[in-house]
Amino acid sequence: MGTISRGFFGRRTVADVKLPPGQYLTTDFPVLSAGPTPHIALEKWEFTIDDGTNVLRRWNWKSFRELPTENVTVDLHCVTRWSKLGTHWEGVSLDTILGEIESDAEYAMVRSYGDYITNLPLADLRNKQAWIAFRFDDEDLAPEHGGPARLLVPHLYLWKSAKWVRGIRLMHEDQPGFWESLGYHDYGDPWREQRYSGDE
Amino acid sequence: MSSTNYDYLDGNAAAGELSKVFAVDITTAEGRCGECGTTKCLAEAHLYMHGPGLVARCPACEHVLLRLVNVREHMFLDVRGMTYLRLDTSRSEEAS
Amino acid sequence: MWRVGTVVALHDETPTARTITLQVADWPRHVAGQHVDVRLTAPDGYSAVRSYSIASAPNAEGRVELTVERLPDGEVSPYLTQELAVGDRVELRGPIGGWFVWRSQQMEPIQLIAGGSGIVPLMAMIRSRASAGSSALFRLLYSVREPGGVFYRDELQAISDGVDSVTITYAYTRAAPRDWPRPPGRIDASFIAETTWSSKLIPTCYVCGPTSFVESTAALLVTCGNRPDKIRTERFGPTGGRNEFH
Repeated sequence: MGTISRGFFGRRTVADVKLPPGQYLTTDFPVLSAGPTPHIALEKWEFTIDDGTNVLRRWNWKSFRELPTENVTVDLHCVTRWSKLGTHWEGVSLDTILGEIESDAEYAMVRSYGDYITNLPLADLRNKQAWIAFRFDDEDLAPEHGGPARLLVPHLYLWKSAKWVRGIRLMHEDQPGFWESLGYHDYGDPWREQRYSGDE
Repeated sequence: MSSTNYDYLDGNAAAGELSKVFAVDITTAEGRCGECGTTKCLAEAHLYMHGPGLVARCPACEHVLLRLVNVREHMFLDVRGMTYLRLDTSRSEEAS
Repeated sequence: MWRVGTVVALHDETPTARTITLQVADWPRHVAGQHVDVRLTAPDGYSAVRSYSIASAPNAEGRVELTVERLPDGEVSPYLTQELAVGDRVELRGPIGGWFVWRSQQMEPIQLIAGGSGIVPLMAMIRSRASAGSSALFRLLYSVREPGGVFYRDELQAISDGVDSVTITYAYTRAAPRDWPRPPGRIDASFIAETTWSSKLIPTCYVCGPTSFVESTAALLVTCGNRPDKIRTERFGPTGGRNEFH
């Protein structure tokens, strides 16, 4: 540990709530990114589900916004150690998106505009665990936070909630995404503190 | 899709992190982008370092040149995005 | 490797910016333009790291001066500009960076362009030039929002009045002093052409400040005929403050 700096406490907030191990509570909403913010015109936006060979489903912004939506309040846990509790989102449940798709694929690679990808088990996108979110705090999702739409899968570390989402590729075998290929955990459960590959 | 967000720094800002493992300052090394062939010093790359790791991108085409993640006592480094890095070894034996 | 510096002096440059003078044992001599990483650690082990450009000229006494601007939402800058006291200790790593540097062996004309707190590493270059007794041709274009935002005002005045002077031009973007010949506004190509070294002299240009300022200024320098490989940049991020990296 470094030399203690007299009188320094940082921006953290003391809270009575239980946070995942190693996390600090924050009240702002840090913008973290691995690349430039894409700006996608709504008339060009698409979301597709494919299996690596064929496109199984495709929505444009109009057809996407005709899908039923949900309002959810969830906690966010970023692997860089900040947690933001009680965030409000509106989005389309992945149960709706994946609803009619029949596949024996067990894994998904979530793909974003830009070059970001992240992997997770398909089962973690189902059962009311994930949304394609397009509104945050009662406003259209801002580009720096992933707008027009991002994945929201709050039971995993926030790097799995891919910003600027453009589609999901169904896979039979797990493959590591952008951060998973460079030392981060393939699954990423904050409550078991699965930050890095090899963490139990 | 272009960005008007100026949330990146220069590759120069990565020099501190890279000094943990490199004896020489590689930000002054010339690198060639594996995607578009642009050849510049790593210090001139667009550097994104607010996320889970550090990403240096080609200033011309935004292709990922270098990625870096600190995992406890290790550093994961991916430099596949560059065709080469040209390092100056002429001063490597001088005292810093 | 992290070294420990002791605060030996504090000096307010503006209502929101403070120069911190550190004495660092075993400090390797730095070069003008380099920066340090500063690490603060809370009693529970939480730590934050930020980069700051070194303001002082290279010296053999282990003296490192940092000029820190307090950012409204900052986590580290409020501590450094308001809480840190003489006698306190600070961890720093460096000196860092070999690209955005000026060495006194350089003889070509130098054009320095600062946006706000981007003046800090350029001031190190100006001070380095003075302490090395260099007569290299230096010009500084210093863009600030309003007159109260100028760092090192008295020292810059003395330098510009002195022998072997550095020509200094101020550009005010939001509010200018009374009777200022140019109304407040952003720098444009014709202003650059009037106030900087002609590109025919092939100056080496150093541009430092918020990323958007650096991008637009570098583009203007190219428009005025400077070659891109003669322009060195140091971007301080969107707000002018470099952020933390874990």
